[in-house]
Parts: sequence; structure tokens; C-alpha cells
Amino acid sequence: MLVNIKKGLDIKIKGKPAARIDTLDDQGLYALKPTDFPGLTPRLAVKAEDKVKTGSVLFFDKYRPEVKFTSPVSGRVLAVNRGERRMILEVIVESDGKDEAIDFTKADPKDLQREEVIKKLMDSGLWPFVRQRPFNIIAAPGDKPRDIFISAFDSSPLAPDNEMILKEHKASLQTGIDALARLTDGKIYVGIRKATVPESVFGEIRGVEINEFSGPHPAGNVGIQIHHIKPVNKGDIVWVINPQDILSIGRLFETGRLNAERVISIAGPEVKRPGYVKTRIGACISPLLEGNVEEGRLRFISGNVLSGEKISRDGFLAYYDNQLTVIREGDYHELFGWIMPRFHKFSTSMSYFSWLMPKKEYRPDTNLNGGQRAFVLSGEYEKVLPMDIYPVQLLKSIMTEDIDKMENLGIYELAEEDMALCEYVCTSKIEVQSVLRQGFELMIKELG
Amino acid sequence: MKFLRNFIDKIKPGFQEGGKLYMFHSFFDAIETFLYVPDTVTGPRGAHIRDAMDMKRTMMMVIIALVPSLLFGMWNVGHWHFLAFGEDADFWQTFWFGFLKVLPIIVVSYVVGLGIEIIFAQSRKHEVNEGYFVTGFLIPLIVPVDTPLWMLAIAIAFAVVLGKEVFGGTGMNILNPALTVRAFLFFAYPGWMSGDSVWIEGMTKNAGMLVDGFSGATPLAEAAAGNVANLPSIMDMLIGIVPGSIGETSVIAIFAGAIILLWTGVGSWKIMLSMFAGGLLMGLTLNLFAVNPYMELPAWEHLLLGGFAFGAVFMATDPVTATQTEKGKWIYGFLTGLLAILIRVLNPAYPEGVMLAILFMNVFAPLIDHYVVEANIKKRLKRAQTKG
Repeated sequence: MLVNIKKGLDIKIKGKPAARIDTLDDQGLYALKPTDFPGLTPRLAVKAEDKVKTGSVLFFDKYRPEVKFTSPVSGRVLAVNRGERRMILEVIVESDGKDEAIDFTKADPKDLQREEVIKKLMDSGLWPFVRQRPFNIIAAPGDKPRDIFISAFDSSPLAPDNEMILKEHKASLQTGIDALARLTDGKIYVGIRKATVPESVFGEIRGVEINEFSGPHPAGNVGIQIHHIKPVNKGDIVWVINPQDILSIGRLFETGRLNAERVISIAGPEVKRPGYVKTRIGACISPLLEGNVEEGRLRFISGNVLSGEKISRDGFLAYYDNQLTVIREGDYHELFGWIMPRFHKFSTSMSYFSWLMPKKEYRPDTNLNGGQRAFVLSGEYEKVLPMDIYPVQLLKSIMTEDIDKMENLGIYELAEEDMALCEYVCTSKIEVQSVLRQGFELMIKELG
Repeated sequence: MKFLRNFIDKIKPGFQEGGKLYMFHSFFDAIETFLYVPDTVTGPRGAHIRDAMDMKRTMMMVIIALVPSLLFGMWNVGHWHFLAFGEDADFWQTFWFGFLKVLPIIVVSYVVGLGIEIIFAQSRKHEVNEGYFVTGFLIPLIVPVDTPLWMLAIAIAFAVVLGKEVFGGTGMNILNPALTVRAFLFFAYPGWMSGDSVWIEGMTKNAGMLVDGFSGATPLAEAAAGNVANLPSIMDMLIGIVPGSIGETSVIAIFAGAIILLWTGVGSWKIMLSMFAGGLLMGLTLNLFAVNPYMELPAWEHLLLGGFAFGAVFMATDPVTATQTEKGKWIYGFLTGLLAILIRVLNPAYPEGVMLAILFMNVFAPLIDHYVVEANIKKRLKRAQTKG
């Protein structure tokens, strides 16, 4: 099937990653952050100074102890950092560069039962890769998903090119897909960019149904693709997984070892040599930035500029992210900025001049460009949300904590990233994704 | 301009919590954010970059769109004054006269309205919302030039407090605030909002000094009285050289504003188009069943008369009080146009129906949205039931 996405927006930003993959040595710091998993109550399995192997459990889910989070490297636990009310923020592991790994025994997933596949994923700590819709949280191992969806491409600003990363690893990808095929009685849907069929690595993968998507961001968001292929209704559960994570799953079955390798992109206008780096899940970003960023007050974002998370200069990549973006902070006052022509700022509004320069790449900063207001304008969000959903009405139902209405208006179909553009374009500067997240939390609490 | 920034930074602590002037912090914020875009940055999660568009620029676009109507209105005030009293004046004298008459109305509008807004923002600890910049600009354009200023002040206080702030301020109000001012004047002081004398500056006070035979009747009043033959030429109505509320007369100036609103996307083309369509359809329907000269008036001429064009472009499109769903906008605009002409022609108590039609549809806008959203809900439920 070919789906033409019409609504949406591509924001052109300087610093696209060049097609070049550097390799970093395995030494250095890595961290897993329980805060990357909404709703998780972590229980520590290690303490500082403990020796760990690749695949050793660092912490697990208090309420589902079988869901484990394991070390991406071998070495020692450097620290467990805690925040308010002793909440665990980071479990930092210092790599010894040896990559001594626990053996989870290799196996061909085609010979395994569903339970055996799940157990292997849980023990190795790869289970959290599998997330569910609704709510975009770690899948419950007991559920049987209707289908599994994979978006092969990322359409967000400065996104890494998944096809380039995956193309050398077709065999592992196939093994990963075979393992996923054990998890559902439904189909595995893969969404690829239109007209890349001949080149797409998924073109040669067996056991998947391919759909093509064209159009601007968020066409690459898996949530948008699900909506257009087979939407999530009340009571439905579908699972989603990022394409690179399928490689790790494939390698687990091929070698019996946890392989937390990941190719991430380093991009943005403040990066001197934007490109790709092969590292591991939860890598500390400071070695990646060494001599590679411009001067000034910068913001380091794990993920993309629309839905990522701010991390410090010596912080760690978030669990699901394979992109590091660096932009300027925008903490400056601008005299009469609100009425100036501002040729250097991008806007969807025709009162600026971006429409005159459709090819121009911008150098954005983090300024809010205004003050927060109540909802005033209408029809703004609808232009960038290619779903049959009334976004403002849904957000209002969340603000008034009207569970029935949230359900009726389609909250099950959304993830925060799907409404990221709504937040970007909002004239009232409303924190759309944060409101949606509150909605998820409320629903999870109410539904138990 | 560094000294200005330094000065603001120096006095700022006094207006912050604990400072001596804390009671004026909303006023200070309003001035500071008018001068400088704040240095606020995006939060740690979510969208790290934001579109350059904000509420101030949005509202400023509306004000820019209103400028042609205001400038023409000023000239028109002078023109009719000199015509009524038989005096000669060149272009600049005419404009200057109108400018001096309209300026106090603008000043009263902003001082009273913004004053109340700031007090409410202060007590709610909010920033002052830009909404009133537009409302304050609209009010002078939709009242007769001879409206006494004290009357206007009372009406504005009423509209801002009871029409807007009790609902929670800009974004929460049900009724268009500027039209609420006009409706208050219309019902509280009907003698000052209709008739033949209020549209011409000085005519209410100095009726004896008029040129012989001069009538200040608006084209609408003439049409309502059945004197269709007395209507000004189409060209005069397009340009706006007719008596009426200060800014509503020139269709060309309104059209220029409409282009700005549509180009910047601040005004909804769906509402504008469907309101004109609704008005036209009602005009044609009335033609079909015409029993008097007014009902026979060509439907398209209705769109040039009175406040129809101004209402369609600047009033019905207020995003807060209009429908908020895209389908709803079609229905809302269409019904507003329909009702405006219906009231205008068939209800003798109201010479103009646009104001009442828009206010009426403001009240119904949430209901229209409700049904549009309800249809989406039904569709989703149906989809869930028919699956596999």
C-alpha cells in the first residue's frame, strides 16, 4: 500500500549528518536511566564498584521482575546517581574495553516457542526494545499483540538514515524479524519511504508486509503509520520496535551474546563535523563532542529537536535514542523581535519570510519565541497532525481529566512524538507533549 | 539600545515577588515583553525549538489589517461632517478633522479596556494577553462617531468584565468582546446607536446648522425605509463614502485587510467565504419571496451594505469565539451570513443584523463543534466495533 501523507512539516536545519560512520573505542562511561521508561519503578540489582559483564542485570522492574535492564558493556559500576526522594536517575558503568559477555546461548528463533523467545529477550535485557501502543510504554510480556509495526525511516529533523545503518547487516535483521514473528499471530508491518523499495534493506526481508509512505514529517513516525494502515482501537494492543534494535535482537540469537552496539548520528548546526558514530546504548556523549562543537551556550539533546531530551555535556544518550543533536541555547532578549522580519528564523507563518526561501537551512535556538498563553488560534495543530484526531479537543479533555473523552478522542493511537509538531507550531506556546504525557499517566493509573 | 536593556534589568527586581512594586508586575511584564522577546527557553523534554510565530505578532497582523479601514474611516468622518455643515475642506483638512475626532475614542478604548485587563492579569498572576490590542482597535471602528466617550467607557467596562474576564480572560470568552461593547451600547442607549444623526460628527448637537435637506441616514436606513432609490452608487459603497460606523463603510479597505488576514493565515478563509455565501443565499431567497422593495434588493448588494463585510472579515473570524473545528467553520460562517441578512431585512426592530447574527452564532459555536467532534467519536467507536 502507498500512503501519501499530506499534513506535516519538514523543518530544515543546518548540520545534516554526513554518510560516514566513525568507530569509537569501547572504553568510557555508559549509563542506563530508569527515567527513559515512563511508569517504571526500578529495583537495583547492583551497587557501586560491582563488577559487571555485558548482559549483567543493572536493575529490573519492581512490579514485573522478569523485565530486566542489563549492562551494555563489561566493567564496573561507577555510581548510582539519585535525584529527589532518592529516585534512581542513572546507573553508570565504566567499561573495561574487554566486552566480556554473559552467554545466553544462541538459537535459531524459528526453532523456538514464543515463550522461549520472550525469555531470551528478557534475560538479555533486550525486552524493553519492544514497546506497545497505546501509551508508548514497554510491552507487557503477557500480552498478545494484534500486530507489530516497524517504521524503517525516521523523518524527524536531522534524523539518522536507517537504511544506511542497516544495509550491511541483512542477515541479523532477518534473524531479528524471525524472532519478532514468534511474538504475534498478526503481521509485521514495515513502513518505508516511498520510492526506496528497490534499495530498501527491508525489500529482501522475509516475513514482513511493506507499506510505502510519502510526505513530510511525521510520515516516518510509527504511530502515524499505524493510524493509516490499521489503527489502534480501544482494547487493541500493537507492539513497535526501532529498526536498529532489531539488529541487536538478531545478533542475540546468532551469537548468544548481548550486542548493545548502536550507530548514532551527531547532528545539528553547532556540530563541526556532523556524521555517525558506532557506539553503544547509553553512551556518554562527552567523547563524541571532543573538539567537535562550536563555542557558546549549547543545548545537547538526546534524540531530535522536536521530541528529544536535554542532557548535560557529560550526560548519556537515552535508551531509545540513536541521535544526538546540538543547538544553541536561546536565553537572550530580542528588541522588538516579535514584529521584526527575522530572516534568520524559520516559521510556518506567512508573516515571516521562510516561504520565500524553501531550501534554506536554519540555525535554530531554544528560545520559546514568545510567552505562554491560553488556546486562542484554531486549526494550527490540524495542519501538522496527519491523523483523524481533534488534537485541541483531546488536549482539553486531558487538562480537565475527562477519561472517557480522552479515550473517545483517540488517545490510544498517539505517542508524544506524534504531536511534537503541534507543540512546535503552537502560537500559544503550549507544552503539548507534556500535556499528552500527563494524559497517558492518568489513563494508566485509572485503567490499572 | 543596551542602556534600555540595562535599565529594565535594573528596575526589574522591584516588580518581582517581594519587590516594592510587585503590585504592578503585570504592567511591567506587558511593557517588557512588548519591548523585548523574553529570554525564556524551551523545557528539558519535548520540542526544543519553537516556531517564530507568537501571540503578539498574530494580533499585530490583525491590527495592520485594520489600519486601512481606520484611515479611511477618519477621512470619512471629516468628509461627512464638512458635507453636512456645508463647509469646504481639502483632503488633509478632512482627514485631520476625522483624526482628531476618532483619536479620543481609540484612547478611551485602550485606557479603559487595557486598564481592566491589567488589573485582572495582576490578580490572576498571568501575563497580560494580547487579545485586547485587537479588541481595543476594533471598538472605535464599529461605533458611530458621535458616541459620547463616557458611554463608550461604560460599555467597554461591561464587555471586558462580564463578557470576557468572568469567563477566564482571552481564549475563554464566549462572545466577541468588541461586539459585546456594541451590543451593550445598542440596547442600553438605543438612541445613540441608530437613527439618522449619530453617524455624522456634530449632527446630534448642532442639528440646526445643517445644510438644508441634509439627511445623515445610512444606506441601510434608507433601504429599510423602502427608499431603495436613495441608495448611494455602488462605487460609493465600495469605496465607503457613505455614513456609518467609523470603520465599517469602505468595502475596499476591508478587502485589503482581508487579504492580509488570509495571507498570514490569521483569519479563517472558510469562515469569510461561507459567511458571504450564506448572506448571498439568504439575499437570493428573499428576492424570490419579495413583497417589498427592500426584499427585492439584489442579493449581492446586501454584502456591500452596513457592517456585513466588516463583520465577515474581522468579527466572525475571531478564533476564540468562532467554531474551532474546520468543518464547524463552514457551518458557523454560513449560518452567520444567513442570519445577518434575515434579521436585517425582516426584523424592523434591528436595522442591522450582522452584530446580532455573529453574537448569536458565537453562542452556538461550541454546540456546532460538539457535533463535529461527536461525529469523529462515533466514527472511532464504529471502527472499533467492526474490526476483525
